[in-house]
Amino acid sequence: MKALPFAAGLFAASAALADTPVLTVYAPDYFTSEWGPGPVIEASFEESCACDLQFKPGDLLPRLLLEGNKTSADIVIGLNTDVTKKARESGLFAHHGQDNEQLELPIEWTDDVFLPFDWSYVSFVYDTTKLENPPTSFEALAQAPDDLKVVIQDPRSSISGLALVLWVKAVYGDRAEEIWKGVAPHILTVTKGWSEAYGLFTDGEAPMVLSFTTSPAYHIAAEGDETKKAVIFDEGHYAYFELAAKVAGTDQPELADAFMAFIMSPTFQNAIPETNWSYPSALAKSDWPQVFQDLAEPGKAIFLNEDDSAALRDDAIEEWRRALSQ
Amino acid sequence: MASRLISVIAVLAVTGLIFGPVVALLAFGGGLSWPVAADWQALRFTLLQATLSAAFSVALAIPTARALARRQFIGRGILITLLGAPFILPVIVAVLGLLAVFGQSGLLNSALAPFGLSLNIYGLHGVVIAHVFFNLPLATRMILQGWLAIPAERFRLASSLGLSSGQIFRSLEWPLLRAVAPSAFVVIFVICLSSFAVALTLGGGPKATTLELSIYQTLRFDFDVAHAVMLALLQLSLALAAGAMSLRFAAKQRFGAAMDRIIPRWDARSWPLVLQDFACIGLVAAFLLLPLAMVVVKGAPTLLDLGNVWPAVWHSLTVALASTALCLIWALPLANRVGEWVALCGIALSPLVLGMGLFLILRPYVSPLSVALPVTAVVNALMALPFAVRILRPEAEVIQSDYHRLSTALGLNGFVWLRRVFLPRLRRPIGFAAGLTAALSMGDLGVIALFADPDRVTLPLYIYRLMGAYRMEQAAGAALLLLMLSLALFWVFDRGGRANAAT
Repeated sequence: MKALPFAAGLFAASAALADTPVLTVYAPDYFTSEWGPGPVIEASFEESCACDLQFKPGDLLPRLLLEGNKTSADIVIGLNTDVTKKARESGLFAHHGQDNEQLELPIEWTDDVFLPFDWSYVSFVYDTTKLENPPTSFEALAQAPDDLKVVIQDPRSSISGLALVLWVKAVYGDRAEEIWKGVAPHILTVTKGWSEAYGLFTDGEAPMVLSFTTSPAYHIAAEGDETKKAVIFDEGHYAYFELAAKVAGTDQPELADAFMAFIMSPTFQNAIPETNWSYPSALAKSDWPQVFQDLAEPGKAIFLNEDDSAALRDDAIEEWRRALSQ
Repeated sequence: MASRLISVIAVLAVTGLIFGPVVALLAFGGGLSWPVAADWQALRFTLLQATLSAAFSVALAIPTARALARRQFIGRGILITLLGAPFILPVIVAVLGLLAVFGQSGLLNSALAPFGLSLNIYGLHGVVIAHVFFNLPLATRMILQGWLAIPAERFRLASSLGLSSGQIFRSLEWPLLRAVAPSAFVVIFVICLSSFAVALTLGGGPKATTLELSIYQTLRFDFDVAHAVMLALLQLSLALAAGAMSLRFAAKQRFGAAMDRIIPRWDARSWPLVLQDFACIGLVAAFLLLPLAMVVVKGAPTLLDLGNVWPAVWHSLTVALASTALCLIWALPLANRVGEWVALCGIALSPLVLGMGLFLILRPYVSPLSVALPVTAVVNALMALPFAVRILRPEAEVIQSDYHRLSTALGLNGFVWLRRVFLPRLRRPIGFAAGLTAALSMGDLGVIALFADPDRVTLPLYIYRLMGAYRMEQAAGAALLLLMLSLALFWVFDRGGRANAAT
């Protein structure tokens, strides 16, 4: 009969919780981990909202599309620009209600549904102890000595891999396949996701890896290691934005709006750089942590909006696949 | 009667669990769509790599199992346990270990460099090497299990007749291999069918595109459910075709009733054979254990600096033990021909499809996140089921046929039969199957993409999170911890099963 008091306790607990409104936020797994921005953001938002913010980690868009209108999500955070078209067409999202003028991005942001909360440039990161003169363009990479190898991610299974093929396509257009043929001998291997590739890089398997211009900040800030640097390409770099959106059918519209506003606040923005190792979306450069201000930055941002990227995506991936399959 | 009923229930439960999600996704996606050119290319590569991987695994496992079956040496038990390790590591950890030996800057290339030689692991051969690394131990254990099931009296009789090792091979060992090897081949073939991260990384690029990668792309990027289900069914039919092929080749194992004990072999004492066996054991041990040693070397510095890892350890252990219990409950009544087919379908079905289908089925009733751990346990049990059935079936069938007449004569009822005859004689394979399931379940991410509970992280997920947060060194430490725990679980079960047996 011990079960009875236990069950009663359970009911009491859930009754107490029922008074507190719950804001359900879908987020990628890395976002909610104890080393990601999730815990800090949850704690600081709960200080002011009189609510319970609950992260539900996992696949974002597939899960939302499976759930459709019945989703329990109020907010989705961690989408990126290459899936926004599909997400927009689902009709599941409402206007973000924030002033895009507050954003500090390398491009002009006009989307009123998806709101960037952080960003970075896709780039190759190299180990200065193994590579003295990294190539400064895709063409230079193609002409580099044979033993210069790089690990990249597959555009069919990884968002950063997709950003890479869109980057090449945006810069070289019809020449993209030719560029890939030149680069192909330098690609040591292709991995499913970012973690595998970066693990190979830190293990010393390859001197260069596809990552982000902000990656070296982790090594400098957390490890005091200055030997990992981003290669800056003359042709510019693909800008990569992570986005948040409010679910149209939310049962907590006010809380959801409050959270969208919170994303633009200094509290949220200051939490981003050293947990997500990326640039905050609404802080002036002078307000970034020093290590981020000191990072090498591309001279030019390349970006394809969702319509252009959707139009080019299949061709870009197919050209990549053909060139690397030879 | 009762046992037949239990078998039917088990078959229905498992098929429901496999095909329910497929049907749910079919309904959601509104049908199937036709394969395109890239799909056929993926199909060809998938078939090629799985066939080669399974063939090499089994071919190498035969001399290894024979050597282990007829040699006694110090550390043999520990070696057999350790050999199981590659199979139970999370893929990403095993790949990093493998590349630390065979990669560009690995041990092998460092050793070859002074001679101006170098070895490039990336390519089809790399995929096969990696899959052999994962599956050779499994094949070895399955075949070894069969070897140890040959009644010792047969070998004694053979030696008193003065048969040579060659004659013993033809009269005793060849029939055994005919019975065991084709099924081992099929299980490994099917598990390699759904390889994706390993095939891609070791294959060096999009040449090594498997069906599972296409399924992943189709579901996660394109969200084209109809196409993904078609690909998943294609993968499933490859597995069934392989199963059908193996039935044609496989012979039924028939040694008749034995005294049910194991004694040392009297033949094979000549020096060339001793040398051959130890060379074989030595090479295989080096191939399998060096990458593991690298996992240990890389993980040791951070093993004691893992942060709050214990909740993850606890969740993983719970999941592993629950999966083991569930898997055995299914595997015992499924240790027959139909059961083996049903079990095979479980690993042939794409884990992503399985996860999404279960998500669709469960969602109207419960919050998927609140059942994350139970779902993980069920899926892990399903993934381990074909191995458990494969391990149990040969001996279960021998016991059935050898002791059935005796039991009928004595009028034993089902329960007494189970307790006094069946289970005690199955002790060794049950121990092995339980150990394998527990360890496999520890290391498996299962269906975590849609069923991840933020408060109940498992150890493999913890490792991935560390890697995702740039903490590669700590991830290596956590991977070592996982390796140690999995091996300990495996050892406890396997040892339990082998108590009182001279193996």
